[in-house]
Amino acid sequence: MNKHVSPRLNRRAFVIGTAAAGAGLTLGLDIPFGGPTVVRAADGSPEVNAWVVIRPDDTVVIRIARSEMGQGTLTGLAQLVAEELECDWSKVTTEFPTPGQSVARKRAWGDFSTGGSRGIRTSQEYVRKGGATARIMLVQAAANEWKVPASECTAANSVITHTGSGKTTTYGKVVEAAAKLAPPADADIKLKDPKDWKIAGKGLKRLDTVDKTTGKMMYGIDVKLPGMLNAAIKACPVFGGKLKSYDEAKVMAMKGVKKVVKVDDSTVAVVADTWWHAKTALEALPIVWDEGDNAKVSSESIAKWLAEGLDNGQPAYVGNSNGDAKAAIAGAAKKVEAVYNYPYQNHAAMEPLNATAIWTADKCEVWCGTQNGEAAFAATLEASGLSADKCDVHKQMLGGGFGRRGQTDYVRQAVMIAKQMPGTPVKLLWSREEDMQHGMYHPITQCKLTGAFDADNNLIALHNRLSGQSILFALRPAALVNGMDPAAFQGVAATGEAAIGYSVPNLLVEHSMRNPHVPPGFWRGVNVNHNAIYLECFMDELALSVGQDPLAFRRKLMSKHPKHLAVLNAVAEKIGWGTPAPQGVYRGIAQHMGYGSYVAGAAEISVTDGNKIKVHRIVAATDPGYAVNPAQIERQIAGSFVYGLSGLFYGGCTVKNGAIEQTNFDSYNSMRIAEMPKVESIVMPSGGFWGGVGEPTICVAGPAVLNAYFAATGKRIRSVPLRDQNISFA
Amino acid sequence: MANLTINGKTIPVDVEDDTPLLWAIRENVGLTGTKYGCGIAQCGACTVHIDWVAMRSCGVSISEAAGKQITTIEGLAVNGALHKVQQAWVANDVPQCGYCQSGMIMAVAALLKEKPKPTNQDIDEAITNICRCGTFQQVREAIHAAANA
Repeated sequence: MNKHVSPRLNRRAFVIGTAAAGAGLTLGLDIPFGGPTVVRAADGSPEVNAWVVIRPDDTVVIRIARSEMGQGTLTGLAQLVAEELECDWSKVTTEFPTPGQSVARKRAWGDFSTGGSRGIRTSQEYVRKGGATARIMLVQAAANEWKVPASECTAANSVITHTGSGKTTTYGKVVEAAAKLAPPADADIKLKDPKDWKIAGKGLKRLDTVDKTTGKMMYGIDVKLPGMLNAAIKACPVFGGKLKSYDEAKVMAMKGVKKVVKVDDSTVAVVADTWWHAKTALEALPIVWDEGDNAKVSSESIAKWLAEGLDNGQPAYVGNSNGDAKAAIAGAAKKVEAVYNYPYQNHAAMEPLNATAIWTADKCEVWCGTQNGEAAFAATLEASGLSADKCDVHKQMLGGGFGRRGQTDYVRQAVMIAKQMPGTPVKLLWSREEDMQHGMYHPITQCKLTGAFDADNNLIALHNRLSGQSILFALRPAALVNGMDPAAFQGVAATGEAAIGYSVPNLLVEHSMRNPHVPPGFWRGVNVNHNAIYLECFMDELALSVGQDPLAFRRKLMSKHPKHLAVLNAVAEKIGWGTPAPQGVYRGIAQHMGYGSYVAGAAEISVTDGNKIKVHRIVAATDPGYAVNPAQIERQIAGSFVYGLSGLFYGGCTVKNGAIEQTNFDSYNSMRIAEMPKVESIVMPSGGFWGGVGEPTICVAGPAVLNAYFAATGKRIRSVPLRDQNISFA
Repeated sequence: MANLTINGKTIPVDVEDDTPLLWAIRENVGLTGTKYGCGIAQCGACTVHIDWVAMRSCGVSISEAAGKQITTIEGLAVNGALHKVQQAWVANDVPQCGYCQSGMIMAVAALLKEKPKPTNQDIDEAITNICRCGTFQQVREAIHAAANA
């Protein structure tokens, strides 16, 4: 793309830097905001700075470092840049810079990671500055040409006007001159007050829609390179097991087969002319596995081990506490106790994992959908054995991510295969079965909750004891704090971006960390999925145990949490809480906080035969601080409920003989349109903070539906998925 | 070896008779708008029209498809003009990640051919494609919009 990269970089320092960024640490950015040397895009158009390229025809190319996996970040980030740039939105296009280019330019585009609902909220400030800087330089270039002070010129819709003379010019006409100017000092870059936004803050149409309706959009799976071969892969079904032997002679004569490749100690691949041939041969390949001790593990053995962690005698990390919950419970007038659990879940993005790689001794390039371009780049360096200046990753559109494509196992595998076929591009595609059985699963947990009341039915204590798996322990051990996983307390933490919304005089939230051999990962919503079900269903149990209305009971505990309360009140009002529901319809409510946003949901359901649920309607509210594209936020809310409710009703990955039992959508089902409730969204940004959007709401649909199910049937469900409770969609 | 008629063109493909149509379309013909999602006719990402009926191409063999009129997402627009379902998809900003949408659009186009004004129940019964992003609310709105276009 640019023509003056100087790719000299200490590889070790880079890999460490990427790991640090992945751990959520803030790194200083050295963003090149223009300068005397003009940097040019591939078509020769000048960069005003790293974020903005303008073509002579006034087309604006906005660079997007974060990944687009459906969540709309591509469009939202472009809106933020365009807002400050004051450009014509109809002339905006976008492109992804590569991580290799970014590294060569001292991380010009900052963090590429796209997870934790961070895409917009952690880059909004510097991308807006990128737009503002470019605007200032473009205006200055016009002012210079007219020999007038820049302060007498204004910019709007890609047109610069000199107020006194009425002269006008366009961005495309002054961009060459603007690109040669020195960027303004940081102190001179003043960002707009969001209340003055004209492009951001509006529900504009996505920029990537047309190609997604014509079949033209290129996903990783669609990459085609000259002479490319295709690989199908199989890892030992038991996590941690090894590849003992395989008999390639049995398949080498099969049509199209080129090579059988040992990828690593536990994985074998067949490379063929087409993927269908590769997959057919792989299925015929005799493979002997050494499954190891993990083959003894089952869902039952995991559940038993986690249940032991609920015992107060076992060690646990304290994540949030005030007062003395154990003593208050021991001396309480009334005590309520319940045990809940939440299972493993596979991401099951519609596009199975894939990556295409070409390797020679001098160069390694990868094409893939990834939620973290820099992590994919680091994996490419590591697997290729080449230095940063010899590698790059070309990001493709993602056919879903949900957290799974933040990991790089499939990138590493593709490079390991390509490395054994120097000079030949190889596309590695996982079968759906491989994708189901080698996920990085939503962690498995159980929770024992104990609440205690005084003689006047005031809640005086809450003890929330989690037992189960830590994602950070497996994936980012450096982010553990004295061995504790702080993310385990998402939504029940004391403070921060996922704080509990209730004040209880004696509170204890703790985590007995137990890590089975099944690899955990970040699954849309991550730990709020189970923490919200545990806390919000138990809040209903507590309220009903003292004969109080679940909403009124919550409100009494929320006076010190006005933002939590505001979203809860909003859904209560819209669903008509306290007024009669339609005949046969029952309501449930829930609130939570995650990823810096306050969210609440209220559901209306009916139940037939005691076990068939029709979810008629869900009202949801979110306060994300600022709403960059309200229309896309509404789509994220509705979509998050499909993902969350699919997990609640149909999900759950079970373990038998050390392996995941579910292999495809026949055994791991997903919601269809017939099961989709009407979702009414309330987007209520209160300003002053930047919360995320893609994930937070996912967690309130589950408890709202479960609480409504109790209202309808008097049966409290404490175990997910509902499939295993013989409960289904109507 | 078989002759496939795809989007009005007859294309010889050198594959075994039991090759799924999906993979012949993607790998031999080179049209990648039709997507692989499950391979067991569960998700619908690979939906194409065979003689104007929506079919999951991963479950159809070459020998079954030969001699029939096959339409893929690339063949839905006529002379560059988007099909009314595609237009409704654009107007309603339906796709999120978009991966399942080729199959979704093909399924909807076939539904509207059979039932030009489908009820919500017709939609629930006919459209069983999986969308993990969950853009069903917009899908339903856009189906009605296309039906009324």
